[in-house]
Amino acid sequence: MLRTRVIPVLLLQNESLVKTARFGRYTYVGDPCNTVRIFNELEVDELCFLDITATREGRAPNLALLADIADECFMPLSYGGGIRTYEQAEAIFKIGIEKVVLNTAAVEVPGLVNRIADHFGSQAVVASIDVHRTSFGKARVRTRAGTTDAHKDPVEWARELEKLGAGEILLTSIDREGSWEGFDTELVKSVTSAVSVPVIAHGGGGSLAHVREVVHVGGASAVALGSMVVFQKRGMGVLVNFPSPAELVVTLAPEIPRHDA
Amino acid sequence: MITIVDYGMGNLGSILNMFKRIGAAAEITSDLERIDRASKLLLPGVGAFDGAMKRINSTGLRAILDRKALQERVPILGICLGMQLLTRGSEEGVEQGLGWIEADTLRFPALPGLKVPHMGWNVVTPARRHALIEGLPAESRFYFVHSYYVKLAREEDRLLRADYGLGFDAAIARDNIHGAQFHAEKSHRFGMRLLGNFAGL
Repeated sequence: MLRTRVIPVLLLQNESLVKTARFGRYTYVGDPCNTVRIFNELEVDELCFLDITATREGRAPNLALLADIADECFMPLSYGGGIRTYEQAEAIFKIGIEKVVLNTAAVEVPGLVNRIADHFGSQAVVASIDVHRTSFGKARVRTRAGTTDAHKDPVEWARELEKLGAGEILLTSIDREGSWEGFDTELVKSVTSAVSVPVIAHGGGGSLAHVREVVHVGGASAVALGSMVVFQKRGMGVLVNFPSPAELVVTLAPEIPRHDA
Repeated sequence: MITIVDYGMGNLGSILNMFKRIGAAAEITSDLERIDRASKLLLPGVGAFDGAMKRINSTGLRAILDRKALQERVPILGICLGMQLLTRGSEEGVEQGLGWIEADTLRFPALPGLKVPHMGWNVVTPARRHALIEGLPAESRFYFVHSYYVKLAREEDRLLRADYGLGFDAAIARDNIHGAQFHAEKSHRFGMRLLGNFAGL
């Protein structure tokens, strides 16, 4: 059977790897290529790279760096950050990265998701939705690395992105990101029950129990991990790590019905 | 030298990367003369069946590929859509396939709880011994992305089976023609082993 994918999400600040908490408080993690080599040895399912300052700084994707990363990777790869045009997406595919992640441009550049999906297939387009809950608990979409209100409801936006041809949704809770406190399972469930494309849950994963919950309760098709795979423990130093295949089998095993006497 | 046929479908950089890592000489080309001189062919592919067959038929590639496959009988490996092209045709389109393998390409049925495309890592089970899959560890897993699967007419052409709601053929081989539904170039040491085996054929 198909294994639920567990995907390290690695945040780039141009050529450095960083980790954030609630989209702020940058911690330097290391050199992207060294980190990729370690994840390659750990045989992770997939890697996702997001340059979180590219859009705000008006930078195009750093193709030289992405080519170095792709050279080291023998697993599926996705990249997001600063992609505004079809040609940029095409250049990224050519390097050997098979999925582009679109967030701000999906909102700001009409037709982009559609055009890339039409030519390269839906499987090549991951639509990323960053969600912040207002003080009343209402979920709202934000773009430009969480700095701008897109005036959209995440469930409706996910439905629309699916219609436009997105093959996957990367759903990030801004409020949980880097918190180690668990995923916003309610948010994940609201989106997974509204679309039929795979939803990757991201933001808050701090333990394998969290992973299990967001898959079994939230209905996530895949889980993205940040802090857990770059830090030793909460509040501790950098240590690139990944759960062992045996741990993941136990974590992701189907719920077994209880037969209480 | 492995010649990776560039007919405009899919990114080929990662296949070349893996051959580089294995230490096998490989080139990406759309040049018909180079393809005509190839001693080993890799047919990649991501995208739609009809789009791929139209490209192959309209560029003059078809006659060369047929000759390489059926007369010169050089080793050929089709990956992902490239494997589906080896069949007689696909439910995805109306174009005929290359037809080198007696098989058809069918759409995954909609089954509750199973999303289409079949995307992610899945384990495979060997159906027989063969040089292409020699040395693959037990519980080998590969990365798949596909909405259509190959159904062989002859079970003896099976190499690897996988399961996604229904059992399907994840890798096939008949004489010099080989196919792998998964992205071997994105499948860690498992894919490296398979592509290394192909390089050694």
